Amino acid sequence: MSGHATFEPKNPALKWFESRLPLVGLIHSSFIAYPTPRNLNYWWTFGGILSLMLVCQILTGVVLVMHYTPHATLAFDSVEHIMRDVSYGWLLRYMHANGASMFFIAVYIHMFRGLYYGSYKNPREVLWILGCIIYLLMMATGFMGYVLPWGQMSFWGATVITNLFSAIPVVGPTIVQWLWGGFSVDNATLNRFFSLHYLLPFMIAGVVVLHVWALHVVGQNNPTGVEPKSEKDTVPFTPYATIKDAFGMVCFLIFFSWFLFYIPNYLGHADNYIPANPLVTPAHIVPEWYYLPFYAMLRSVPDKLGGVLTMFGAIAVLFFVPWLDTSKVRSGAYRPLFKQFFWIWLAVCIGLGWLGSKPAEGGYVIAGRILTVWYFVHFLVILPLLGLFEKPKAVPASITEAVLGKNKGAAPASTGAQAPQTKG
Amino acid sequence: MSNTMSFRSIALGSLAAVLMLAGPAVAQEHGAPKPPREEWSFAGPFGHFDRAQLQRGFQVFKEVCSSCHSAHLFAFRNLAQEGGPGFTEAQAKAVAEQYQIEDGPNDAGDMFERPGRLSDHWPSPFPNEQAARASNGGAYPPDFSTLAKARTYEVGFPGFLIDIVTQYQEQGPDYIHALLNGYHDEPPEGFTLPEGAHYNEFFPGHAIKMPKPLSDGQVTYSDGTPETVDQYSRDVISFMMWLSEPHLEARKRLGFQVMIFLIIFGGLLYFTKKKVWRNVEH
Ligand code: HEC
Ligand code: HEM
Repeated sequence: MSGHATFEPKNPALKWFESRLPLVGLIHSSFIAYPTPRNLNYWWTFGGILSLMLVCQILTGVVLVMHYTPHATLAFDSVEHIMRDVSYGWLLRYMHANGASMFFIAVYIHMFRGLYYGSYKNPREVLWILGCIIYLLMMATGFMGYVLPWGQMSFWGATVITNLFSAIPVVGPTIVQWLWGGFSVDNATLNRFFSLHYLLPFMIAGVVVLHVWALHVVGQNNPTGVEPKSEKDTVPFTPYATIKDAFGMVCFLIFFSWFLFYIPNYLGHADNYIPANPLVTPAHIVPEWYYLPFYAMLRSVPDKLGGVLTMFGAIAVLFFVPWLDTSKVRSGAYRPLFKQFFWIWLAVCIGLGWLGSKPAEGGYVIAGRILTVWYFVHFLVILPLLGLFEKPKAVPASITEAVLGKNKGAAPASTGAQAPQTKG
Repeated sequence: MSNTMSFRSIALGSLAAVLMLAGPAVAQEHGAPKPPREEWSFAGPFGHFDRAQLQRGFQVFKEVCSSCHSAHLFAFRNLAQEGGPGFTEAQAKAVAEQYQIEDGPNDAGDMFERPGRLSDHWPSPFPNEQAARASNGGAYPPDFSTLAKARTYEVGFPGFLIDIVTQYQEQGPDYIHALLNGYHDEPPEGFTLPEGAHYNEFFPGHAIKMPKPLSDGQVTYSDGTPETVDQYSRDVISFMMWLSEPHLEARKRLGFQVMIFLIIFGGLLYFTKKKVWRNVEH
């Protein structure tokens, strides 16, 4: 998208079209000629995997809607109708439900990748922020989707989460009523969530376009964090990245299929097979796994408004990471201290996720508080200070140097240097 | 015993949920033991239902459980459906005809009863939830349509991770098996059983309103299968699992085909990728 267009159509009809709308040229420059760093590892295949999952969610979702009924008295049975009577309805439904989890697994890996290799740093701040927006939209979409089958966890999850807004001073209760479309979670709530659940994925798709556009302006980061300096440092997207992404996707699909076909209810809650009942509260109200770290933070603050602010703050802080990280060196690979703190922080996130699934009592609350504080300290104190005090390792002069240095003697330098020019 | 409707507290609307955020509003679980893991024919990557077992399970459901429990998503036609108990269509029809189904209104505007058809759903034993509660000491016998998937117990760390690899998905069946075999004639000393409740080792809180539904010799099997509570429970649970997941066999079968395809395709891609990248150090 940023003008590597070297596409010259030979076919007269295509020539005619291209001079009016250079669509094929755009695709050519974005997915064929686009130069990608030659040293990308498999953590970089998750962008493609995410696109695949978005398409998968939209396609299965649109077909589900053909059979789904958004009404408080009919929704549960209509999902069961899909599971029982619609041809391959069980496949569609399980694909969509597990696909949402896979989407989040991929997005978390994608984000951790970005945080480790410093992909948010200058000049990729806008790219990073667009990613954070996608993540926020995904959270909203997943939450509203989970309400649609109208099981017990759908209903009570929706009740708990919408009630969070009542913590806002003065206007809180009014906002909650407005969200509900009434005085409790009910049919009106289900209908608006359904509408938004259909809408948001297309907004995500829109932001994804911006995200990819921004990517193609600034180029991909790479494990060394050193920008490509010459043609030697990059390879054309096709075939190099295409084939690697395809392989990554198939591996991911194997993982997805394991859940989809063999343990399709593992990531869900048994309670959601009980139809929603406003009069019976489940023993534990637990959100979907991908919200658990935030749920743990919410519950570790004794004050409700404080908890809500902490939870949203945990996401908001991500938007500021490009400016909180003061390091001159981009990639974590050359930052010995950062590296350790990164893994500690990752463990903290996983720990919070585990605590989110536990009842909010006793030692769990104390542990939750400690980890919540650490989460914020990492971003607000450690990241800024590390950049000032850490002594980074020597950064290679170029990607090519790093690659050839790593595999010293494995191949003559000239082989590596020339190969990228040979296409196909 | 998380995820069970043990605490049927009437929530004050959303208030209870808000309180839940503030602290441990949910009482700590009464220490119900973990149900033992049983062998199920439908477990694992090649799991499938045993037709004869589903037929026996249907018999137990029909003769015992269905006098209290409904199964409103269960249609007579399902009995002859692929992947199910393997009745012929004629047999399923014969079962349907044993039941009178309300239909109508007719041209005169009246509701009337007629023998069941394949497309009819299993008639519920009570006209509504209130009637069901009134006959069961205030407790509602849950609908069987999805019940086998609607119960679980907490596995804990690290078991829950191992379960991914071993494909353990039978929490519901294991719990129900433990429940049906977990009745004690007398509650342990010091336990005061509420009026109309029965002591069950595995039910959260131990006081269940369902009287012990099965006893040895209660249902007569025509195929010589032992007529014990344990066997009845295994049979009826397999039936319940099929009712909850009628396409389980098709799912696992397709899964295997997809896996084989993906692994071969992935292998080809891997070698193609190696070939493409062979001259590029990376
Ligand atoms: C006499 C009526 C009656 C019969 C017959 C009966 N049940 Fe129940 N069942 C109930 C009631 C009432 C409850 C609700 C118990 C409660 O919540 O305390 C119940 C609850 C259950 C539960 C859910 C327990 C839980 O964890 O919430 C299962 C499973 C169950 N029954 C299985 C069966 C099976 C299998 C049979 C047939 C072998 C059967 N029942 C026969 C009345 C009955
Ligand atoms: C960003 C992409 C999407 C995500 C993350 C997502 C997530 C979810 C989740 C978590 C559920 C609950 C699954 C369950 O437990 O049953 C759900 C249900 C549903 N979604 Fe989506 N969804 C997405 C896109 C879509 C789209 C584009 C549509 C329609 C155009 C759609 C239609 C539905 C319907 C009808 C249901 C209810 C049926 C069911 O519960 O399986 N979804 N979604």
